[in-house]
Amino acid sequence: MSFIAVEGKQVELDEDGFLVEPSDWNEAIVSIFAKSEDVEELTEEHWKVINYLREYFKKFGMAPMVRKMCKDTGLTLKQIYELFPTGPAKGACKLAGLPKPTGCV
Amino acid sequence: MEDKKTPLLDELEKGDWPSFVTEIKKAAATKKNAKDLLNQLEKSYGENLGHWKHGGIVGVKGYGGGVVGRYSDSPEEFPDVAEFHTVRVNQVAGFFYTADKLRQLADVWDKYGSGLYNMHGSTGDIILLGTTTENLQPCVDELADIGFDLGGSGGAMRTLSSCVGKARCEKACIDATDIIRDLTLHYQNEIHRPAFGYKFKIKVAGCANDCCASTARSDLAIVGTWRDTLRIDNKAIREEYVEKGFNIVDRVIVKCPSKCLSWDAEKGVLNIIPEDCVRCMHCINEMPKALRVGTEEGATLMVGGKVAIVKGAMIGWVLVPFMKMEAPYTEFKDLLDKIIDWWAEHGKNRERISELIERMGLVTFLKAVDLKPLPQMVREPRSNPYIYWSPEEVENNG
Repeated sequence: MSFIAVEGKQVELDEDGFLVEPSDWNEAIVSIFAKSEDVEELTEEHWKVINYLREYFKKFGMAPMVRKMCKDTGLTLKQIYELFPTGPAKGACKLAGLPKPTGCV
Repeated sequence: MEDKKTPLLDELEKGDWPSFVTEIKKAAATKKNAKDLLNQLEKSYGENLGHWKHGGIVGVKGYGGGVVGRYSDSPEEFPDVAEFHTVRVNQVAGFFYTADKLRQLADVWDKYGSGLYNMHGSTGDIILLGTTTENLQPCVDELADIGFDLGGSGGAMRTLSSCVGKARCEKACIDATDIIRDLTLHYQNEIHRPAFGYKFKIKVAGCANDCCASTARSDLAIVGTWRDTLRIDNKAIREEYVEKGFNIVDRVIVKCPSKCLSWDAEKGVLNIIPEDCVRCMHCINEMPKALRVGTEEGATLMVGGKVAIVKGAMIGWVLVPFMKMEAPYTEFKDLLDKIIDWWAEHGKNRERISELIERMGLVTFLKAVDLKPLPQMVREPRSNPYIYWSPEEVENNG
């Protein structure tokens, strides 16, 4: 567990750096997470993915499967990794403020 | 650091066999995290409770898997295993290494991790046990410099694994290690960038002895076999076995599962009914100097092996009775692509291919992957007395 300061507020993160409270999410947090997940500059494409993930999560209460995400956003898996070098789970979901995807063993 | 006692673990050092406790203690002489690993495990043994948190998302650039996050749930008590991630390193097909390559690997892992290994886990990978989040990227970078890559984890095609194959075994009907190498290079994206609902495993066994447990432990098993007839050297049977007191009837003839063998004691000749032989390998294993696999080699593909989660353990069953396995394995790759595509499209989260086939039906699956139903695919006698005819079948057969 650790904390980061976002616009004067202390936000709690778990050991993998995901938000503990999804409601803490805001656009300032995205910029902070982008640095730790090797995203150099947030482009329109990044936001397309982030907004899609947030909408999906709001509707279904979980992250979409990767294949579904590619289909719905029209991006290939390769493009997703170019946008989020640490991958859809560790990168994109974290920036979108989704809770940590569960057990991937 | 205070040297804690580990009486429960010490019990596991007794006896004339190797002990993982002894090995961890050796590592603990120089590595603090190995010491805390022992301490935490001692506590777990005392309480009958594990002290690793479930899951964790860590990774390295460009990869969606290959590293499994491990965190202690008592970081204050065991600070040196607060982060103790597992790195899966793609093994060399058939596990052939030079001593020099292993030393290079050990140098990297001593520098960045606990120095503890599991070679090899049932995944087939070299498992590097225990490093910190900070050390992951430099560790994987240096592994790449000496020619090693990460293996698979999560909803991906997992690290492909095989027996020693033709490299060291005269029973192998297919070049298991070459198949693994070819498929691993071909499916890099599927291995390193998880995009499936769950894992998909492929293992290659040179023959039905199945030294890599492909039938039980992989979603798609490639098992070497032959299409012609067992090669029999009757002179060798007599001289190497029967005349030396080997009881061929008790040890071979009555043990043949399909009763295709008979022994003519008078002439000293082994007879076979070739079409009844199921290529089980038993007679060859008993008399390796006299019997050999046939010459027309290929593989049987078995689908559906797995252990728990949605349903219990399942063993693979025949999907393709015989397929030639010659580089670049185009026929196999085409079929595999269709299988994966259908499964990834229809499978629910954590549903393996065998569970999906059970849920949607073998007929639906076979249509999706363009295979005709064959008697060999029958896994068990049917229990449902009703037969479903598709409308086209009624139309065509009146």
